[in-house]
Amino acid sequence: MSVLEIVIALPLLAALAVWLGAPARAASLGATFINLALVIGAMVRYAGKSGLAFTHSRPILDNPALSFAVGADGVSLILALLTTLVMLAAVWQIEDRPNIFYIASLLIGGGALGAFLTTDVFFIYAFHELALIPTFLMIALHGRAEPAQRKAVAWKTTIYLGAGSLVLLAGLVWAVLEFSGGSKLTFDLTALRAQAAATPLTPEKQAPIFFVLLLGFGTLVSLFPFHSWAAPAYATAPTPVAMLHSGVLKKFGLYGLLRIAVPLLPQGAQVPWVQNALLLMLLGNILVMGLVTIYASRLDDTLANSSVMHMGYIFLAFAAGTEIALKGAVLLMFAHGVSIALLFALCGRMRNQLGTLEYSKLGGLATHAPAFTVLFAFGAFASIGLPGLTNFAGELMIFAGSFANFKAGPLTNLHWTVILALWGVVMSAVYMLRAYRSVFHGSATTGLFMIDPAFSQRAPFILLAATLLVTGCCPWLLLNLMKSAL
Amino acid sequence: MSVFTLEAGLALLGLVLLMIEAFKPDISRRTLGLTAIAGTAIALVLLPFCGASLPAFMQPWHQIDTLALFYKGFSLVITLLVLWLTLECSPYLTKFTLDGKLAEMFSLPLIVCSGMMWMASARDLVTVFVPLELVTVSFYVLVAFARKSSFSLEAGVKYLILGALSTGVLVYGIAWIYGATGSMSFEGIAKALGNPATSKPAALFGAAMILAGLGFKVAAAPFHMWVPDVYQGAPTPVTAFLSVGSKAAGFVVLTRALDAFLAEGSLIGTEIQAMLLVTGSLTVLLGSLPAMFLTSVKRLLAYSSISHAGYLLLALACRDSARVDLASGGVVAFYLATYLPMTVIGFLGLGLMRANGLGEDIKDFTGLARRNPLLALVMTLSFASLAGLPLTAGFLGKLFVFLGLADHGYWGALTCAIVAAAAGFYYYFKTVLAIYTTEGTDTPALPLGVATKAVAGLLAVTIVVLGVYPKPLQKVLMPASAAVVAK
Repeated sequence: MSVLEIVIALPLLAALAVWLGAPARAASLGATFINLALVIGAMVRYAGKSGLAFTHSRPILDNPALSFAVGADGVSLILALLTTLVMLAAVWQIEDRPNIFYIASLLIGGGALGAFLTTDVFFIYAFHELALIPTFLMIALHGRAEPAQRKAVAWKTTIYLGAGSLVLLAGLVWAVLEFSGGSKLTFDLTALRAQAAATPLTPEKQAPIFFVLLLGFGTLVSLFPFHSWAAPAYATAPTPVAMLHSGVLKKFGLYGLLRIAVPLLPQGAQVPWVQNALLLMLLGNILVMGLVTIYASRLDDTLANSSVMHMGYIFLAFAAGTEIALKGAVLLMFAHGVSIALLFALCGRMRNQLGTLEYSKLGGLATHAPAFTVLFAFGAFASIGLPGLTNFAGELMIFAGSFANFKAGPLTNLHWTVILALWGVVMSAVYMLRAYRSVFHGSATTGLFMIDPAFSQRAPFILLAATLLVTGCCPWLLLNLMKSAL
Repeated sequence: MSVFTLEAGLALLGLVLLMIEAFKPDISRRTLGLTAIAGTAIALVLLPFCGASLPAFMQPWHQIDTLALFYKGFSLVITLLVLWLTLECSPYLTKFTLDGKLAEMFSLPLIVCSGMMWMASARDLVTVFVPLELVTVSFYVLVAFARKSSFSLEAGVKYLILGALSTGVLVYGIAWIYGATGSMSFEGIAKALGNPATSKPAALFGAAMILAGLGFKVAAAPFHMWVPDVYQGAPTPVTAFLSVGSKAAGFVVLTRALDAFLAEGSLIGTEIQAMLLVTGSLTVLLGSLPAMFLTSVKRLLAYSSISHAGYLLLALACRDSARVDLASGGVVAFYLATYLPMTVIGFLGLGLMRANGLGEDIKDFTGLARRNPLLALVMTLSFASLAGLPLTAGFLGKLFVFLGLADHGYWGALTCAIVAAAAGFYYYFKTVLAIYTTEGTDTPALPLGVATKAVAGLLAVTIVVLGVYPKPLQKVLMPASAAVVAK
C-alpha cells in the first residue's frame, strides 16, 4: 500500500464518516491535518529523486488494461501540497454551516488529490468528475444568490464543464487508441508515455489530438472563449467551494495538459496552427479578461475574473513549451492556487460580516481590522506578482522561458504574445490596487463595520499567506522537486 | 440436475400459486408473495450447482453456454427483485385491482422468468419465438393489472396492439429467413448466409423483419413509441420488470441472432451492421433528447431506458476486436449487469414515493435528502450511474461501448452517443438537484423498512463495486464471448 493511497482515501473516508454522523469539524480538520503532514512527509522523502515515486498498482481489468495505479513526481507532489493546504484552510474557515459544507469540501479535495496522484488516465478523469459533482450541487443549493439565479449559475457551470469533460474524454480516448500499441488498449499513463516515446507521431498528426485535449482541458481551466462560466460560478459559490475550485480543481486542466498532452504529444503545441490558436485564446484571457476585471464593481467579481485572467500566463508556458516556462507554470499554478484561495476566503468573510462587496459602499476597513488588511494585502500583492511572493517567481520564469529562443531575427508570434502579455501584469496591478484602496482605505460608509477575526479564525488565512511568503522567498523548495525534465 | 429443470420448476410453481389462489381465495397475499420469492431464491441458489448436460433430443435447439447461464442468473435476480418490489408496493397496488387481489402479480413473474431463462438458451428461431411469446403475453396481463387505473388499462391496450403487431412482423421475418436459408437454427442460418447461392434480397428482408420485431421488444427507434406511455401507465414493479427483464430477454435473442447474421463472410453482414449503427444512433438520440424536457420521473426513466437500449444496440454493432477482451455479446451482458441495479433503484424510489402518497414528478422528490438521507444517497448513486459518471458501474458500461465504436472508427455513431450522454447528464442531475433542494419543504420523514434499506443498500454497493472493481464480472463474461465467437 502506498502512502498516496492513504492520502487519497482519507478525505473521502472522512466525508463518509461525517455523513454517517461523526462530529463534522473534528473529523474534517483531523483528516486534512494528517493529509497535509503526509504530503509534506512524502515531499521530504522525494527530495533529490526524479521520476515517479510511491508507485503502487492494483489491476482492475486486463484488457483494456485498467488499474488503480498511484504514483507521484515533483509536479504531482506540488499540486498535492496545494490541495491539502487549501483543503485545510477551506475546512478550517467554515463557521456555523450545515455538515454538507464539510462533506463537499472533503469530496472536492479528495477528488482533486485522486486526480493528481493516480497515474491511470481512467482514474485521473474519474476523480476529477467526482470532485465536480459536489461543486455543482453546492452552487445550486447553497450559493450566495436568489434560488433561481444560483440554479441558473449552477446549470451554466454544469453545462460548460460537462461539455468540456466530454470533449476531454473524446481526446483521451483518441490518445489511448493512438498510443496503446497494437495488441491491447491500455489506460496506464506510463505505458502510453513509453509508447509515445518509442514511436512518436508526426507533428501534423499530433496537432489535432493536442487541440482536442486543449479544448477539453482548456474549458475546465476557463480558457478564453470558454471562460464565461467561471466568473459567475466563483462569485456565487459558497466560500469553501470557491476556494477549492478556483484554487485547486481548476488546476486539474493544466495538470492534465502537462501530464498527459505534453508528454504524449511533445510537438503538438508548437505546430503553427495550434500554437497560433492557443496564443490568440490566451491573449483573450489576459487582455480581454484583464479589461473586464478592471471594470468590475464588486470585489467578488474582481477576484473571479482575475482568476480567469491569470490562467492566460500558464497557457503561455504551454505555447512556448520550454523547460523553464513549464517549470514556471507549475510554480504559478501553486502560487495562484494559494493566493486566490486566500483572497476568496477573506472575501467570503467580508461578505458575511458586511453584507455587501460593492466598491461604492465599502471603504476604510484598514482602521478597524488591521490584521485582516495585512492578510488581504498578501493575497492581492501576490496576485499582482510582487517579488518575494511565489507568483512573481512563476510569472518571471514563464516570461523568460517563453522569450528564450529570441535571436536577432524578426520577432515570432510567440514573442509578440509575450510582449503583449506583459501588459497583463500592469492590468493586475491596476485592478488589485484599486480593489485594495476602495475596500481598505478612505472612509467607511456608516453601518459597514467589521473587526479582525479571532486568532483561531485567523489561522487558516495566516497559513496560506505564510506559504506564499516562504515559497516566494525560497522558490527552490518547490523547484528542487522538479529535477527531471517535465 | 440440469439447469433446464429450474425453469420447468419455476413455471410449475407459478401455476401452482395460481391454482392455490383460485381455490383458496382467503390466502394472504404476503404468503403468496413470500412463496414466490422463496421459490425464485432457491432457483438462484441452485443455479451454480446445476449441470449443463442435456438429453440428446434437446441438443439441437437448446444450449447451455456461459452467456445462457449469465442471462438465466440475471433473469432470476431481476424476478426476485420485482417480486419483492411488488410485495413492498402491495398496499398501494391493491387499491387498483379487483377485490384487492394480487395473486397473478406473484405467479406471472415466475412464468415470465422461466420464459426468459428458456430464451437465453435458444438455438433456433422457434425456441426464440415460443418463450418470447410466453414472456410477452404474460406482460400484457401484468401491464394492465391495475384495472381500476385508466392509465394502466390504456398502457395495457397499447402494449397489446403494438406487441401483437410486432409479433406478426417477427413471424413474417422468420418465415422469410426460413425460405431464404432453408434453416431455422442459428448455425444453419449462419452457414447458409456464407453460401453465395443464397438469395441475398430474401435473406436481407427476413433479417430486417426479425430485427424490427425484436427492436420493438427492446424499444429500439423507430419502434420505441410505445415505451413512455406503457412504462408510465404500468404498475411500477411491472415497469421495472419491463425495463430490465424484457429488455435483457430481447438482447440475448438479438445477440444470438446477430451472431448468425453477422458471422464471418455473411452475405448480409454489411447491411445489417449499417442498420444497427443507424438504429442505435437514432435510439440514443430519440431516448435522450426528449427526456430533457420532462417533469415526470417515471416517464424520464422510460426515455432513459430507450436511450440505454441504443447504447446496447451500438455495442452489438461493434463486432469483436483484439484490443478489447469483451466481444459484443459480452459488452451487452456487462452493460445489462450494470443496468440492473441502477434501474431497479430508480423504480424502487418511485414505488416508495407512491407508497407514501406522493407523486412521480421531479418536484415530488424535492427535499428527499432531508426526508430520508439514505434513500437520497442511494438514488443519487443510481442516477449518477445512469448518467455514466466515472467510478460507478454505468460509466464502465458506456466506456466499453465508446471504446468499441472508436476502435472500429464509427465516428458518426460515437458522436451521437456522446451527445446523448451529455443530454443524460442534464436530465438525471435535474432530479438529483431536486433531491437535495431544501427550501420550501416541510414534508415529514419517509420511513423505510429494514428489508428495503438492506436491498437498496445492496444494490447501491453493487453499483460502486462494479464501477471500481469490474474484473470478476468481466472474467465471467469473457469465456462467454469466446464461446459465441467460436460458433
